[in-house]
Amino acid sequence: MLDAKIPEGTLDHVWTDYKGHCKLVNPANKRKMEIIIIGTGLAGASAAASLGELGYKVKAFCYQDSPRRAHSIAAQGGINAAKNYQNDGDSVFRLFYDTIKGGDYRAREGNVHRLAEVSVSIIDQCVAQGVPFAREYGGLLSNRSFGGTQVQRTFYAAGQTGQQLLIGAYQALERQIALGNVKMYNRHEMLELVTIDGKAKGIIARNLVSGELERHSGYAVLLCSGGYGNVFYLSTNAMGSNVTAAWKTHKKGAYFANPCYTQIHPTCIPVSGDHQSKLTLMSESLRNDGRIWVPKKQNDTRKASEIPEEERDYYLERRYPAFGNLVPRDVASRAAKERCDAGFGVGTSRQAVYLDYGNAIERYGQIEAGKKGIADASAENIISMGREVVKEKYGNLFDMYEKITGENPYEIPMRIYPAVHYTMGGMWVDYELQTTVPGLYSLGEANFSDHGANRLGASALMQGLADGYFVIPYTIGNFLADEIRNPPTSVDHPAFIAAQKDVEDRINTLMNIKGKTSVESFHKRLGKIMWDKCGMARNAQGLQEAITEIRRLKEEFWSDVRIPGAVNEMNFELDKAGRVADFIELGELMCIDALQREESCGGHFREEHQTEEGEALRDDENFMYVAAWEYRADHDWQLHKEELKYEVVKPTARSYK
Amino acid sequence: MEHYNMNLTLKIWRQKDAKAKGGFETYQVKNISSEMSFLEMIDVLNEELITEGKDPIAFDHDCREGICGSCSMYINGKPHGPWKATTVCQLHMRAFKDGETVVVEPWRANAFPVVKDLVVDRSAFDRIVQAGGYISVNTGNAVDGNAIPVDKDKADKSFAAAACIACGACVAACKNSSAMLFVSAKVSHLALLPQGQPERKSRAINMVAQMDKEGFGSCTNIGACEATCPKEIRLTNIARLNAEYLSAALTIDREN
Repeated sequence: MLDAKIPEGTLDHVWTDYKGHCKLVNPANKRKMEIIIIGTGLAGASAAASLGELGYKVKAFCYQDSPRRAHSIAAQGGINAAKNYQNDGDSVFRLFYDTIKGGDYRAREGNVHRLAEVSVSIIDQCVAQGVPFAREYGGLLSNRSFGGTQVQRTFYAAGQTGQQLLIGAYQALERQIALGNVKMYNRHEMLELVTIDGKAKGIIARNLVSGELERHSGYAVLLCSGGYGNVFYLSTNAMGSNVTAAWKTHKKGAYFANPCYTQIHPTCIPVSGDHQSKLTLMSESLRNDGRIWVPKKQNDTRKASEIPEEERDYYLERRYPAFGNLVPRDVASRAAKERCDAGFGVGTSRQAVYLDYGNAIERYGQIEAGKKGIADASAENIISMGREVVKEKYGNLFDMYEKITGENPYEIPMRIYPAVHYTMGGMWVDYELQTTVPGLYSLGEANFSDHGANRLGASALMQGLADGYFVIPYTIGNFLADEIRNPPTSVDHPAFIAAQKDVEDRINTLMNIKGKTSVESFHKRLGKIMWDKCGMARNAQGLQEAITEIRRLKEEFWSDVRIPGAVNEMNFELDKAGRVADFIELGELMCIDALQREESCGGHFREEHQTEEGEALRDDENFMYVAAWEYRADHDWQLHKEELKYEVVKPTARSYK
Repeated sequence: MEHYNMNLTLKIWRQKDAKAKGGFETYQVKNISSEMSFLEMIDVLNEELITEGKDPIAFDHDCREGICGSCSMYINGKPHGPWKATTVCQLHMRAFKDGETVVVEPWRANAFPVVKDLVVDRSAFDRIVQAGGYISVNTGNAVDGNAIPVDKDKADKSFAAAACIACGACVAACKNSSAMLFVSAKVSHLALLPQGQPERKSRAINMVAQMDKEGFGSCTNIGACEATCPKEIRLTNIARLNAEYLSAALTIDREN
């Protein structure tokens, strides 16, 4: 059994007590300690800035040309915080409870409670940095609702909340760079973790412009490298988002937890053809005002406008009257798949449902007419006023939809379909965010800790910033305080030389395969296996087939991949090849994990385990644990379990009806 | 929307590395769907080049949803191509007709040296931010988020300026390669908020100084930057920067 090392005490005092008792590093010693941070999204940038402010010497790495381009930037909808500014009954406990329930009782109480506690400080910090959140006319912060909750606790900046939060963290990071506390390595990729006597002591990184390998040592390594959704090839992740840094640490001893927990987001623009390189999300906030429907008749080929109101099936409102269109993501996604599989899908592919703003436009139009005192507004006038309101709220999303599809969503309902969006699984970490390798920490989406089997909307930004701004600055001190007696590790240590040689050998092996098939086509094939057999619905037979197919794909990859160009130059194909090689190995582990979890929970839906109404059926008796996998050898993993104990929340069947 | 397929002739800038002398190469692509994005069309070409054993075209791209600011290419002489308020990754092939010739180049500016093919080095932008594009507030010092009300109009204007994605199209569009739109967007974002007041003067002065040091040209009020900006950052930000700079230069306390 794995121990999360949650301190003793009642849940609402644990974090305060921890902070009051953890060990500290004095300022003079901080100046001597280097910390390596991989990734500069919300988690990495906030950690780098905060640790730099504390006086540590930080080295931060990102594969992009600037830390400001990390994929946190694409988050649209918002960030949750238990501020209760709306006086609608929110509290730290309620945010904690909603997150535990939303995660389908597969998250750790201690971590989630801490997350809810620090959520309020995040908003304060961001406002102080100049994040221009949406405001009301009185000058105070505005809120909106998100899926899986019945209060308004989501702070936002139009449909670009992630961008604004990341720019806030990026600016704090750039300030620390200017002050000399942080050294930034753009266009660098971590390709190996260096461990000495079982402790993380540094990394091997490749300069993606020159192709040179570099050794960097430090007292700790923070993995803030994001999620692994691109294992599915098509996802809402950025093209470069990858698992490589995390996977290297996994192969050096860090356990990988709950890899099969992936979030399929219900509202994305559907696939348009084989050329598709990525999928685009339409923010969950659209479900606040939009209504989701399909025709009541199967294989209905009429245009949306030709289908009268009584022939439309608003299936979420029908199945889940309490939450309606605002059910959590996993529930909404499965319901869309169910309708499409049953033959009710729309659009040329029949793999889509409508997200309709017709009602909302009319409703807002009437409100506007009321405000302006126009008693006899024409239908046209009402619609035009309503469109203006919708435009102010969601304009950038509607524009994006139109650019991609060529259709005007103010006039025709949007077509949407679920797509891979976020991975709840990740590096196993304890309460202090430390992995099973001492000195190696994992923050943000890269770790597994807070979202259980399903993440609620607007919680990813909260977790990334909680980890970076308010958790790691305390917990890392507790480890480093005992390390001050050890001198810095030289990069000439044999462990660094050996690690660099491993990386060189691997790169040379890849380059020398000189096969016939491009990296991209392997990635596409992997994605298809994963989507078909380890996607929104899984079953034992499919997963077993997938494991066999992935093993075959791996052999083929290592004997037939073609990488043009040379090692010592900018070579995007080589970068991609290394990442796809790691995705293939991860894909196998995801299927193994999904196969062992003989229950349905959150985003993990095993067809064998469902209620008569098609809802997920948990098995708390046998599966109330975190599955943490230890890498032993090729195709060989050992399962370790961390038992989940619910002392405050009582797990029940999750109902949004 | 009618879908169609097209054949195109592409003239693309190829340059092995920063030191090499680059040049245009001509490629033919066939059966391109009007539903593809422009970058997906280049993906198709790259797959063909790899199959033929040739080096694929290097270009920066990441989110492919118009927000990370990575993509950076001139298409037929226009930064980000023909559509208004659109990054290259959001540009779709229905903007083109069968049989067209399309010319693709990297950003051209002394402050953005070419790294390879269509990839340029925009680290100058990071250094300008380092010069003062932030509010100096350490983690943990903040008061309650609602303690200081912010005029909604100013918050909205601040957000509109903060929407800049630092892609560099403004510099690429400008005949002087001026970075004034980028710098003014950052100065405006922070100057419009009460939190940005304490460093308002030094920020304007230091960011402009760094901008000049990086080798960006002067602004001559042509407005090509605004016309090209994928995020529709307004020219009024430049007017605000000029006012901020002037007032700061006249009143900043230089005693020491």
